[in-house]
Parts: sequence; structure tokens; C-alpha cells
Amino acid sequence: MANTQSMCTSFMGELMTATHNFGTAPIRAATTADTFKAALYLTSATINAATTAYSSTGEVTGTNYTAGGVTVTNATAPIATNSSATAGVAYWTPSASITYTTVTLSTAFDCVLIYNSTQSNKAVSVHTFGSQTITAGTFTLTMPSNTTTTALLRLSTT
Amino acid sequence: MIVTTTYGDTDDSLLERKDGTFEDDNELTTWTEYWKDAELVHRSVHVTLKKPLTAATVEAAAIA
Repeated sequence: MANTQSMCTSFMGELMTATHNFGTAPIRAATTADTFKAALYLTSATINAATTAYSSTGEVTGTNYTAGGVTVTNATAPIATNSSATAGVAYWTPSASITYTTVTLSTAFDCVLIYNSTQSNKAVSVHTFGSQTITAGTFTLTMPSNTTTTALLRLSTT
Repeated sequence: MIVTTTYGDTDDSLLERKDGTFEDDNELTTWTEYWKDAELVHRSVHVTLKKPLTAATVEAAAIA
């Protein structure tokens, strides 16, 4: 046997479930999963890695679109998988497509912000796609497969 | 088939349908449009995200 320096893969998975706290943690009202939402942003907006929380600035507006977007379906907990003594990945993907039904979004948009509406709307991730408009129709975002290599959110060691 | 349009539910036989597709490393996108007398009255889009856009590599530093 031998010891191997590494970040524990279980730790990465536990980061996704708020098990560890090296600083000051928010007070949680429940141990259940938080509620995550998905908001769409105009091509003219500036949503990126520096975004810290949901804002209505630059968000799309239109018929049947509610500010703040829609709730993300989260039926599958994060998974942490080892690939070797030094490498692993923790990952999570929404468990259903994100759908905006019968909306009219006339101004071009190209971005969705996933954020935590339970924890003060803090930002999670930004995903871009080709510029779109919707006319009395449905906008559907289908997620990649929830695997170690394709999941929407991944924390990995190599 | 009935289609939701800017004029309300409309039989698709009264409309002209146009479909499109775009694909790159990031997404596979398809859209369906319905036109009436050169006016866009319905547009739906389906974007499939193809790969993780947020991936971070974390390390445990060696203790010197």
C-alpha cells in the first residue's frame, strides 16, 4: 500500500451539499436541497464569472415570462466518483429540461443564469448559447447527460 | 394541428412552417417558425447543451 496526496473526491461532492464550512456559513432553515432557478438574459447584458447573484438588470422581459425565471428541477443529488488514487469528479445536472412555456421574448437573448433562490439568489453558473428570440412559443433548454465527463456542473481533480 | 400564435390558436394549414438547425461544440439548437402573410406569428426554440460549461480543477497542495 502507499499514500497518495490528493483532494478527497468525497469532499468535492460534499462541497456541493454544503457539508463543509471553512468560513461563515448562511443559516439554513432545512437540510433539504435548496431551490435553484434559471433566468434568461439579453445579449446586451453582462453576466459572467464575476456575477455574484441574480439581478433583473439585463434580464429578458416579455409575455408569460416572470422575472427571476423558472425553477430548476433537482431530483438527482450530486455524485462524487473516483477515477484513480489522485483524481475524481463531483458533478450535478438538473434532472429535467428547463422550459419557458408560451412566451414571447422579442429582444435577443443568449444566456441563462442558474442561481440559488433559497440562499439570497446567489449565482451558480452561466451558460451561453446562440442568440434567440421566441414568438408565442416555447423555449426549452435540455441538459447534457449527468455523467462524470458531461454533467452541467463538475468539480474535478486530475 | 393547432399552433399557438400571436393571433391565438391557429390551424397550421393556414400557416407556413419553417424549421432550422444549428450545431457546434457547445449546443444543438433547433427551431420551428410559423409565418402568416410574411409575418412571424410563432417561434419555438430547443437548445440542447452538449458539454459542461462550468468545470473547475482543484488540487491539494503539497506540504513543503
